Amino acid sequence: MTTPINVDSHPLDVILRSDRIPHIWCPGCGIGIAMRCYAQAILDSGIPRDDHVLISGIGCSGRVAGYMKIDSYHTTHGRAIPFAVGLKLANPELTVSVFSGDGDLAAIGGNHLIHAARRNVDISVICANNFNYGMTGGQLGPTTPFGARTTTSPYGSPELPFNFPYLLAASGANFVARWTTIHVRQLKRDILYMFSKPGFSFVEVLVPCPVGFGKMNYIDKGLDEMLLYKERCVIADGTPIDELGIDLRADQPIYVGRFVDRDLAPYQPVRLEDIE
Amino acid sequence: MTSSGVLTGKHFFQGDEACAEGAIAAGCRFFGGYPITPSTEIAERLAHRFPEIGGVFIQMEDEMGSMAAILGASAAGARAMTATSGPGFSLMMENIGLGVMMELPCVVVNVQRGSPSTGLPTLPGQSDVMQARWGTHGDYALAAFSPWSPQEMFDLTIHAFNVADRYRVPVLLMADEVVGHMVERVVIPPEDQIPRWERKRPDPKKKDSFEPFLAEDPDLVPPLAHAGEGYRVHFTGLTHDEQGYPDMDAETHHRLVTRLVEKINHNAENIVRTEDHFMDDARIVVIAYGSTARSARRAVKDARQEGIPAGFLRLVSLWPFPAEQIKKLADQADSFIVAEMNLGQMALEVERHIRRPVTGVYHAGGVMMAPDRILKAIREVATRDDTHQR
Repeated sequence: MTTPINVDSHPLDVILRSDRIPHIWCPGCGIGIAMRCYAQAILDSGIPRDDHVLISGIGCSGRVAGYMKIDSYHTTHGRAIPFAVGLKLANPELTVSVFSGDGDLAAIGGNHLIHAARRNVDISVICANNFNYGMTGGQLGPTTPFGARTTTSPYGSPELPFNFPYLLAASGANFVARWTTIHVRQLKRDILYMFSKPGFSFVEVLVPCPVGFGKMNYIDKGLDEMLLYKERCVIADGTPIDELGIDLRADQPIYVGRFVDRDLAPYQPVRLEDIE
Repeated sequence: MTSSGVLTGKHFFQGDEACAEGAIAAGCRFFGGYPITPSTEIAERLAHRFPEIGGVFIQMEDEMGSMAAILGASAAGARAMTATSGPGFSLMMENIGLGVMMELPCVVVNVQRGSPSTGLPTLPGQSDVMQARWGTHGDYALAAFSPWSPQEMFDLTIHAFNVADRYRVPVLLMADEVVGHMVERVVIPPEDQIPRWERKRPDPKKKDSFEPFLAEDPDLVPPLAHAGEGYRVHFTGLTHDEQGYPDMDAETHHRLVTRLVEKINHNAENIVRTEDHFMDDARIVVIAYGSTARSARRAVKDARQEGIPAGFLRLVSLWPFPAEQIKKLADQADSFIVAEMNLGQMALEVERHIRRPVTGVYHAGGVMMAPDRILKAIREVATRDDTHQR
């Protein structure tokens, strides 16, 4: 029997819907760490808090929108990005972010992801990658490493996963980074950077999912996955992006860092006065 | 042209073009869509016109993205629209449900073609009218209108935006290929004569205590706060309480879904529109909508020439269904004929309210229904009724 730890307040209560806490995430889950980085970045941004808008999709990471005390929209599965695109273009003064998971953004929402990046719409996307569908109990996802076991790949995944930085760079994003939940300073710094970076920016955050993914892959404690990141992660800005795939089985590095930072023209709605 | 983009005057417009001009006149400044026959001219005209007047036109990657984008734009305060046809309409269904649940106003135009599946891309149909009512999962209510002319493509697009904003609901304009591609005179009134119903908005003095889904007024419509206004609202497709927070309680769910449905049904008298002719002494009522109604009116006129006491009722709004109007007629008339370009969809709803079988004049789509087919049905019903009365 564990004893609950009761705390009266959290330093970020000012920006959280504290009346919605406790959150729904499992013990050892890393999404809360990534959310904390986003929350801190809002406070540090100097952008008025009411100019920040957060959109999310469906899944564990989709619940972040419900915990942030800013204007927030928890949309349908896969559709956070097009909802954010519409909102941003209707009011370009707003700082629009999307916080969602790998399954939501890269599987059911994959078409929207690549096209928003191609258009270079000025939104920031934070993708919590836990290598599986956590909310539904740990199924194969588009980022599940080859050979990893899930409830729908019980003999090991027969599919090659997406390499997010490669995908986003090819699609046209202006900024692409990858961090993990042990790289909280870098993550917060880059979210902050994304707020002011014109065009489509994307950060992948590797988050432990001990209850969903870890339990079938010998990393069934959140701390174990944090230690795995600590041992295996190599900060390697500028590593050739086609070499950034993640294979958890092999004893090879997980590359993290900033991989794309460029200034392709951001999407602008056509205005006649700009043409004439 | 005024700065508002309203092209006041007399025009010779295609229905799809008239719809686009109706959207502009209604103040629509966001269009997200995906090309699909026979609706594409709406997107093309707005792609041309919006850059002149400061609107945002974006061609999305698919219809799911289109529907999500207009909801996002609506959340930011824009009057937003998309246009599609059957296959795209199917893809929009999930997020139409999100619009119902988040109570985000928007207009979806469906220029119907022969269906199901890819069907008859360039030819007319009216077989999505039940999908309009029941297509997204769950219990819900929304408004849907059926224009029968390019003029009404203009007028009803404006009405659709007004109903959407007033009642915080997605509104469907269920046109068909005939009306979408037909070219006719369209009169655009002066800007100050274009009706405008506004969104109900929260009181800025009560920002701290604002509950975004609390409907205090008898119309059951909560005020709508837009993104960036400082209300710090949360919107979710999950069942939510008045604060907008997810709540998995069965009673909360029942309360929410009931309000979403009653919000439309209780305000039906402000939404519903019908038109009738020759109804005073009518014993046989012919009901039709959209392009089929043009043929039905012709047939009823011809029947009158032959001395048959036929009347014509046009459903301008399909949903909410004009139940009261139909029920009144049930007492007056002997027989009902429903003509539609499908195998009998609205006929089911008519039968439900008149509590007797209708005579259906149906065709699965692909060609505008000829008046003669409807006239033949009127004659047969008249003969049958005469026989009974003797």
